[in-house]
Amino acid sequence: MRKKIAFKPVTLLLLLITFISFAKEDVKHEESGSDLKTEIKEYIQHHLLDSYDFNLFSYDNGEKHFGFPLPVILWDNGLKVFSSSKFHHGETVAEAGGSYYKLHHGKIYKVDGPNGEIIEDDHHHATNQKPLDFSITKNVVLIAMVFAIMFFMFSRMAKSYKKNNGMPKGTGRFLEPIVLYVRDEIAIPNIGEKKYKKYMSYLLTVFFFVWIVNLFGLTPIGMNVTNNIAVTLCLALITYLITTFSGNKNYWKHIFWMPGVPVPMKIILAPIELLGTIIKPFALMIRLYANITAGHVVLMSIIGMMFIFNNWLGSSLSFLLAFVLGILELLVAALQAYIFTVLSALYFGMAVEDHDHH
Amino acid sequence: MEELFGGFSLGLFFWQAVLFLALVFLLRKFAWKPILDSVNNREEGIKNALEAAENAKKEMENLQADNQKLLKEARAEREEMLKEARDIKNKMIEDAKGEAQDQANKMIKQAQDAIESEKKAAMAELKSQVAGISLDIAEKVVRQELSNKDKQLKLVESMLGEAKLN
Repeated sequence: MRKKIAFKPVTLLLLLITFISFAKEDVKHEESGSDLKTEIKEYIQHHLLDSYDFNLFSYDNGEKHFGFPLPVILWDNGLKVFSSSKFHHGETVAEAGGSYYKLHHGKIYKVDGPNGEIIEDDHHHATNQKPLDFSITKNVVLIAMVFAIMFFMFSRMAKSYKKNNGMPKGTGRFLEPIVLYVRDEIAIPNIGEKKYKKYMSYLLTVFFFVWIVNLFGLTPIGMNVTNNIAVTLCLALITYLITTFSGNKNYWKHIFWMPGVPVPMKIILAPIELLGTIIKPFALMIRLYANITAGHVVLMSIIGMMFIFNNWLGSSLSFLLAFVLGILELLVAALQAYIFTVLSALYFGMAVEDHDHH
Repeated sequence: MEELFGGFSLGLFFWQAVLFLALVFLLRKFAWKPILDSVNNREEGIKNALEAAENAKKEMENLQADNQKLLKEARAEREEMLKEARDIKNKMIEDAKGEAQDQANKMIKQAQDAIESEKKAAMAELKSQVAGISLDIAEKVVRQELSNKDKQLKLVESMLGEAKLN
C-alpha cells in the first residue's frame, strides 16, 4: 500500500505534463496517503480555472512549479501593476502601492495587511473586497498567442496570393478550402448572396479563433480558453450586437408585431420574441462553454481513472477510452467552431432577411 | 448557475473583447479582404475564361458551318458552270452543223446553177456550131452538086458521119 501511494505522484506527473496546464497551488500535500479521488477532482477543477502565472507543470506534489509569472494589473484607487510571482503561487500576500492582495480560489482579494487573511462567510465565500482585475492571466496570454498565430498565418496567406497571381501557396493551400467552406457553406446559405460580404470578416475570425483556441486546449501546454464564460460571453455578445444593429425593418416587425397572427397573439408574442433575441446568443454562449468544459472534465476524469483503477485491465481500458475521447474532442473543437459560426450566420441572416413572400 | 457566473472574470472579458475585436479589424484589413478579393477575382477569371472558351467554340462551329455552306455553294456553282459550258458546247456544235449544212446546200445549189448555165452555154455554142457546120456542109454540098452528083452524095454522107460525133 505504501509503495502504491509513493508511485502515484510520479505517474500523476506524467498526466500533468500531457494534459494539465497548471498545477494546484494550494494543495496541502499530506504525507499520510491523501485521497487520490479528491486530488484528481481538485486537479480537474483547477485545470478549468484561469491562472495568474503561466505554469507548464508542477512537480513534487505541487510544491515546485515550472513556468513563468505574468503581470497582474489591478485598478484599486489607481493602477497597480506587479508580477504574479509576488503571490508565490498563492502562498503569500502581495504588496503593491501600499495595498495588500491575496489569491483565494484563483481570484485576487484585498487583505488588510502583510499577514491579512481571507475572511469567509457561512457559504465559504470570501467577503474581502475584490479590486478591478485586468491582469494578463494565462488565458489572456493564450488569446494573445492565438491572435498572433492567426494574424501571422492569414496575413502571410494573403501575401502569397499577391505573389502568386491569385493562387495560394504553402499553408494557404490548406486554409483556402476552409475559408471557402465558411463562405460557401456557412455565410452564403444563411445570410444570402447579396448581403453576406460584410459579415465575412467576423464569421471567418470567430470560426478560426474558436477552432484554434479549442485545439490549444487539447495540447499539453494549453488551457481551455473557451471554458471561461467571459470569453464565450464576449463572442456571443458581439454576435448579438451585430444582429441587433443590422436588423432591418422586417426583423423588428417580426419581433414586435408578428404579421399574420391575430392582435392578441401579437401582444403575447412580442415579449417572447424579444426575449428570444437574447436567448439565442445566450444559448450560443452556454453551448460553447458547456461543450468544451464538459469535454475536458470527462476527458480528464477518464485519465484520472487510470490512476484510480491502478490495475492493468481498468487502466488500459481507461487509456483506450481517453484516447478515443481525445479524438472525439478534436472533432468537438472543430464542431463547436462550426456551430458557433453557423448560428451566428443564421442570426445575421434573420436580421437582414427580406420577407418578400408576405 | 452560481458557479457559472462566479467564474466570470471581468478582466478576461475585457482582454478578450479588446484582442478579439482588434483581431477582427486587423484580419479584415490584412487577410480576409485580400484573400476573398483574390479568390473572387480568380473565380471570376475562371468563369470568364470558360465563357470565352465556350464562345470560341461556338464561333468555331459557326465558322465551320459557314465553310461548309461556302463549299456547298461553290460546288453548286461549279456544277452550274459545267452544265452551262456543256450547253454552250452543244449549242455551238448544233449551230456549226446547221451553218455547214446551209453553206453546203448553197454551194451545191451554186454548183448546180453553174452547171446549168454551162450546159446552156454549151448547148447554145453547139447549136451555133451545128448551124455553122450545117452551113459549111450545105455550102460544100452545093458546090459538089454542081460538079458531081455522085460525089456530092458521098460527101454529104461523110459529112453527116462527121457531124454525128458532135
